[in-house]
Amino acid sequence: MRPRSVDHLLELLADTPEVSVLAGGTDMMVEINLHGRRPGTVVPIGALEELRHWEHHTRLGTVTIGAAVPYADMETGELAELVPALAQAARTVGSPQIRATGTIGGNLGTCSPAGDILPVLGALDGVIHVRHRDHSRDVHLSDFMTGVKRNALRPGEFVHSVTVPVINGWQGYAKVGTRNAMVISTASACLVHDADRGHVALALGAVAPTIIRATQTEAWLSTRVDLRGSFRVSRETTEEFGRRAASETSPISDHRSTADYRRHAVSVLARRLLERSAA
Amino acid sequence: MTLTAGVETRFGALGANANRPDGVAKVQGGFAFSSDMWAENMLWGATLRSPHPHARLVSIDVTAAWSIPGVECIVTAEDIPGEPNYGLIMQDQPVFARVGDTVRYLGEPILAVAADHPETCRRALAAIRVTYEVLDPVIDAERCIDGTAPPIHPQGNVFRHQRILTGDQSVIGEIQVEGTYEIGMQDQAFLGLEAALAVPDSDGDGVELYVATQWLHEDRKQIAACLDMPSDKVRLVLGGVGGAFGAREDISLQVHTCLLALRTGRPVRIAYSREESFYGHVHRHPATIWMRHHADATGRILRIESRMVFDGGAYCSTSPAVLINAVTHAQGPYKCDNATIDGWALRTNNPPCGAMRGFGVVQACFAHESQMDKLAAATGMSPVEIRLRNAMETGDRLITGQIVDSVAPVTRCITETDRIPLPEPLRDDAHELAVPGGTGLTARASNIRRGVGWGVSIKNLMYSEGFDDYSTARCRIADGAVHVKFATAEVGQGFVMLAQQIARTVLGVDDVFLDPIDTQVGSAGSTSASRQTWMSGGAVDAACRAVRDELLDRVANDRGLVRGELQIEGTNIVDSLTGTTIPVTEVVGKYDIDHTVEYRHPATEDLDEDGHGNCHVAFAFVAHRAVVDVDPDLGLVKVVQIATAQDVGRVLNPLSVQGQVEGGIAQGLGLAVMEEIIVTDGKVKNPSFTDYLLPTFLDAPTVDMVLIEEHEPKSPLGAKGVGEPPCISVTPAIANAIRNAVGRELPRVPVRPYDICL
Ligand SMILES: Cc1cc2nc3c(=O)[nH]c(=O)nc-3n(C[C@H](O)[C@H](O)[C@H](O)COP(=O)(O)OP(=O)(O)OC[C@H]3O[C@@H](n4cnc5c(N)ncnc54)[C@H](O)[C@@H]3O)c2cc1C
Repeated sequence: MRPRSVDHLLELLADTPEVSVLAGGTDMMVEINLHGRRPGTVVPIGALEELRHWEHHTRLGTVTIGAAVPYADMETGELAELVPALAQAARTVGSPQIRATGTIGGNLGTCSPAGDILPVLGALDGVIHVRHRDHSRDVHLSDFMTGVKRNALRPGEFVHSVTVPVINGWQGYAKVGTRNAMVISTASACLVHDADRGHVALALGAVAPTIIRATQTEAWLSTRVDLRGSFRVSRETTEEFGRRAASETSPISDHRSTADYRRHAVSVLARRLLERSAA
Repeated sequence: MTLTAGVETRFGALGANANRPDGVAKVQGGFAFSSDMWAENMLWGATLRSPHPHARLVSIDVTAAWSIPGVECIVTAEDIPGEPNYGLIMQDQPVFARVGDTVRYLGEPILAVAADHPETCRRALAAIRVTYEVLDPVIDAERCIDGTAPPIHPQGNVFRHQRILTGDQSVIGEIQVEGTYEIGMQDQAFLGLEAALAVPDSDGDGVELYVATQWLHEDRKQIAACLDMPSDKVRLVLGGVGGAFGAREDISLQVHTCLLALRTGRPVRIAYSREESFYGHVHRHPATIWMRHHADATGRILRIESRMVFDGGAYCSTSPAVLINAVTHAQGPYKCDNATIDGWALRTNNPPCGAMRGFGVVQACFAHESQMDKLAAATGMSPVEIRLRNAMETGDRLITGQIVDSVAPVTRCITETDRIPLPEPLRDDAHELAVPGGTGLTARASNIRRGVGWGVSIKNLMYSEGFDDYSTARCRIADGAVHVKFATAEVGQGFVMLAQQIARTVLGVDDVFLDPIDTQVGSAGSTSASRQTWMSGGAVDAACRAVRDELLDRVANDRGLVRGELQIEGTNIVDSLTGTTIPVTEVVGKYDIDHTVEYRHPATEDLDEDGHGNCHVAFAFVAHRAVVDVDPDLGLVKVVQIATAQDVGRVLNPLSVQGQVEGGIAQGLGLAVMEEIIVTDGKVKNPSFTDYLLPTFLDAPTVDMVLIEEHEPKSPLGAKGVGEPPCISVTPAIANAIRNAVGRELPRVPVRPYDICL
């Protein structure tokens, strides 16, 4: 079923049981071809202009990104300048083919703990705009992501867009995998320094069932360092920051890596990102 | 790349680059790979496989599958008319598991169905009820040596045990180094998945099979035996092959497809998915190798000791031959008079292992090259010095007693590699993608340590141990054109281009037509063991020469010229008596000439009980120097440069050699840092390219190569096989470079990030 507009889409979603939204298909086709998923009704949303848009609200200091915006649009250009961590995360996703078609809405739909956009949304305190024919609600990632590949979407709902703040301060994303490109995250981290508010946010990926915010570590850092404007940190502080961040995780061992390595890797990433943000 | 200019420079002739006959179609996407094949009225086949690594097959109930509309045929072990088992060396592998017998690896075929659509096949397989009595899998190869594992096959758990006892067993070196090394299970990971199309003869008495394989005639022999048909009733045609690397030496879907086609009287096609492919072909043997080198104070190797354990998995495949390659190459490209080697290839309930590029030598080389660096450290010599100190030369004796009568430019390989400039140091402002971690932006240049490592190897060429190894080619002048026919499997290496180059050079024509590659001509042997340029190249060369000789005879006769004065130079027949020239194109239209020739390499012998015998034909050598950047904190690696000098005999096509060298290096790099089939309790954990990681473009290093051209007198074209050597010593070179960067022993490949940093 091909929706003509977002309103039409909302009608279809509300009226059709067992309906699946299809965006870039880079997760769904794998599910269908490899894991025997047989979606009942499929509604493609990639052609809906409204969802392929992003917008900078200068007055609010935010950027709203439509759910069907592909990674390729985030990697470079103005959006990349406004939200550099998003661009860095987008750049790590798959191959050019995947980035040309995979979308931010699909990453949220799948909600894998290794999803690369998710730590960025976590660290930026992004808002996920969920729409239903009869209502709409705004959800933070921590409430949206409820488990491994589970999210809080209810029947008839879909992700319309996400809004993230444009922040004054350094931000970056880093991801560990066993090859230098096109690899599923073994551990990842996004650090955002808000120089105006004097806060550092740290979100970690692939080291727990959901993306986690290292809130205790963030709080600890605030007590050690004045984070307003540009700041300096000692080696001792960055190391302790990394150690503390790792202690907030609960990674697993699987065929991709070990829990010990994931914990270790995330501590190194947290340390290095803090170093970069202070430099 | 540095290349010595070939003597012949005519484009398309030997020594020059040429256009691949399949090149444009492949680049444009028009080339038909075997997975693209299609026939009118065709059915689709699919295979049901065991979900257990070891179980008794109690019963199969197919009733529910038959009730699905569109299901046309179901074949089980009971439907095999001929030999129930197949295998390259030992016929120990069932076409389908038999009720009452056991399944021995996860993925073993139980039955096959044919239906009107792949989705119908999927449903039919899901509807079939198979009852298993699950048994404990034997997963530890050591337990097959000490006999504590129960036999899991009537033919026992030992595929082969071979020792080599040479010289004085009591020699003890002033310097000794030792280590136990582990090599993980690598997959050939060809891109063109297994696929075949079987078309039954209208009378039902025979079958034609289009299949991607490495050796049409060996496939035919095994298929005919299972179908209980005379071999001329089983005709094979090569389907477009998208890579092989050893994974197509054993048959997989061949018998299944033919059985379904013969039973239904309709064309049947089977095509594996990537996941099924991981279960459908053999892999590189995982191995554990203990080695001790004894040397004198000057670093000269006095004796090597080794114990090699190769896990062959559930069925034999080529395990015995792989093992022989490993034990006979234990010394590496170094002089060594005394050796004490013990090698085992064993049967377990792990995935079956067999041929893969490098064939046993990869494992041995990882061990001996790791040892050479330890020896360098123990003697205070550099990695280059210790290798030069021991480098083998033509005329040296192997630990098997065989004299190396091949050109053996080991010293040149090392010194020429050493002369290749090192890359620039990693700059502080290096591009972010140039740093280990790549797109993940995990590190800055200041986090990185650089290391340099060496690997040098010797590799046997062609089939060994008394095997009657030959290749057949036919050359014809007919209808005014030159035609060449052979059954040589073109798997991507470019033999089709080489065959044309040979014919152009020998016969002085530009246009050479290739007949279809099928079983309508004698066997070419396997496209493996770096053998086809030598063997099928030799056969094509001999067939073309036979045609040329007859052509010149007849031209001399018809024109009253002196035969002994005629020869072909470039594209002309030249009469050296009168200086007159006749374009070859002018005479080919006048004659019909047809010659078929078999080419054989010199015979070899079996090894005796103590591992002595002239078991190999010839050898090729190569050196690799790896430069790597390592992030010691995260254990991430980027291979910056591979410098290599390879002994190639003669460059017949510069671009092809470059392709083999670069491709082999990428494959060896994969084994060094990422490629591994992870098997736990007999179960493959990563049967997909999501989790079986192959190097990407960003992982591929700069390759700087020197090709050493010392013509090999034993080789018909002066050239050595160049396919396997590039992937052998590059793996230990990279491992040694990582060791050099981080100062850890790292006794295992692939080196995992946590091996480096935890
Ligand atoms: C080769 C390959 C490499 C990959 N590499 C990476 C990687 O490095 N990092 C990474 O994070 N991911 C990776 N992925 C996964 C995938 O590309 C991403 O998760 C991508 O963001 C999915 O987006 P899509 O538009 O293709 O989603 P689709 O496949 O279209 O949809 C995925 C799921 O989300 C649902 N969905 C889609 N849009 C919405 C919406 N607007 N509202 C609600 N539900 C929705 C769908 O119903 C479906 O269940 C890779 C995939 C492949 C095939």
